Amino acid sequence: MSSEAVIETQELTKIYNGRAAVENLSFSVYAGEIFGFLGPNGAGKTTTLLMLLGLTEPTNGSARVLGMNPAREPIKVKAVIGYLQENMGFYSDLNARQMLRFIAELNDIKGESAKERISAALQTVELAEEQDKKIEAYSRGMRQRLGIAELLIKDSKVAFLDEPTLGLDPDGTNRMIELIQSLCRDKKMTILLSSHMLHQVQKICHRIGIMIKGRMVAQGHMDQLAEEKFGVGKEQYTLEEIYMKYFQEA
Amino acid sequence: MGGIKTILKKELADHFASYRFTIIFALIAMVSLITAYMVGWKIKTEMEGMASQSAFLLLFTLPGAMGLFSLVQFVAFFGPLVGLVLGFDTINRERNEGTLSKLLSQPIYRDVVINGKFLAGVVLITVMMVSIVLVITALGLIVMGIIPGIEEVWRIIVYLIISIIYISLWLGVSILFSILFRSTATSALAALAVWIFFSIIFPYSVSILANNIFETVEDNPEAIAQRAKIVKVFILLSPQELYTDATATIIDPTRKSARSIITSGAGPMESLSMARFSGPLPFIQSILIVVPYIISLIALTVVCFAISYVVFMRQEIRSL
Repeated sequence: MSSEAVIETQELTKIYNGRAAVENLSFSVYAGEIFGFLGPNGAGKTTTLLMLLGLTEPTNGSARVLGMNPAREPIKVKAVIGYLQENMGFYSDLNARQMLRFIAELNDIKGESAKERISAALQTVELAEEQDKKIEAYSRGMRQRLGIAELLIKDSKVAFLDEPTLGLDPDGTNRMIELIQSLCRDKKMTILLSSHMLHQVQKICHRIGIMIKGRMVAQGHMDQLAEEKFGVGKEQYTLEEIYMKYFQEA
Repeated sequence: MGGIKTILKKELADHFASYRFTIIFALIAMVSLITAYMVGWKIKTEMEGMASQSAFLLLFTLPGAMGLFSLVQFVAFFGPLVGLVLGFDTINRERNEGTLSKLLSQPIYRDVVINGKFLAGVVLITVMMVSIVLVITALGLIVMGIIPGIEEVWRIIVYLIISIIYISLWLGVSILFSILFRSTATSALAALAVWIFFSIIFPYSVSILANNIFETVEDNPEAIAQRAKIVKVFILLSPQELYTDATATIIDPTRKSARSIITSGAGPMESLSMARFSGPLPFIQSILIVVPYIISLIALTVVCFAISYVVFMRQEIRSL
């Protein structure tokens, strides 16, 4: 794994109405890795993602994405980040192809190259056969895959996936996991994955960060975390046990 | 600017495909056609043999049968509703469906979203007004057999422009509410409340207030004029009055002031009111009278849009 930091934050802090949603957050994500971003609901994960996207300004501290400051150059940052949000927003009266064309146009991808990319992306996420259906008729799994197709259209270097497997059936979950792994492997995307599905996170993530009450309480490889808490390698413990240990202590 | 064309295109496509637009367009087209037809016949039968310079414009200013609105009054009263209906869920619907954060996480500036949406509404209003006025004009030609002169055509064009600005102002109001309120029902209600306030409650309360402040002295024309002046200043706070005044002399060349003054006064007032009938005002003169009103209307629209803009730009985008 290369050691070039794609995402880097220093003392990142966001205060909403006098309450710190994110507090002195410092962490790095390196090129080509899948970083598991864990934590209970309301721990500040989404807020962190919004700050990295330049959608929300940090109260304090700084963030860098591919060497750019999201607060200063939000447009450039948003051009390279693909964001799959938790409550997948789609224009439900469009079909998949129209939705992707709209995204392509917003990213200034037009004409033939847009057409090709859209067809290729639909193929990759296995929605080519359903592309003429309106999105309102899509299942949750299909919508999530369409969200991934959007990242492929943009050809994002970095992907933020917020709960990509939430509410999916087992088959949908597996397809999603495979898709995420292929993004990392074939498209060389750096992925920041926020999820509660610890079992899956353990399976696909290279490194893990645990965020509780706005603070990053741990980050590193699984075995590092296990050793920190239990004094032994990861074989003895599942991520779930490690996570619960951190959670109880916080 | 990148992205604004894309947003504009999508908004227009959405509007044209929506039932909402179809319904409101059909409603307005229906009323306009019926009124134009009735008024057209009335003019034709009553003005048989008379040569009037501005008969064509009467099509817009005469009330239809059964004491209905004239077309100009109709636009003044229901035009705002068009603006409100087009804009009340502009931002909050996207917020609720989660598409706003999707849109904003694409490489576009935030103002592109609101500019594109406002622009799309203005285009739509323009299409609506132009097509309706064209149809009315065509119908007038057929029914009355009078061909409008160059000056009348200009008057209609200026009237159209003022109307588009006026309806856009209400579009701006409703977009502002769609930014302020999360729920589309709340923003629709708030917008309706403002509309009802300005079209019904406000004019009455101003005249009641004026009546209470100034003891009406029936035989003192100066006092009457004074009172009328004060009422006018207050009433101009209402966009509807602004619009009515702005279009008054444009569409009706026989009017010499934006607001007709009470004619029941003594000598000087009488002569003033009689002057109305002595001949139409040239186009340029009409324009000069209404310029301040047009400017105020534009200013109101700009202020309203600017507030929406600032609020939207400073709003925190949080999840959900």
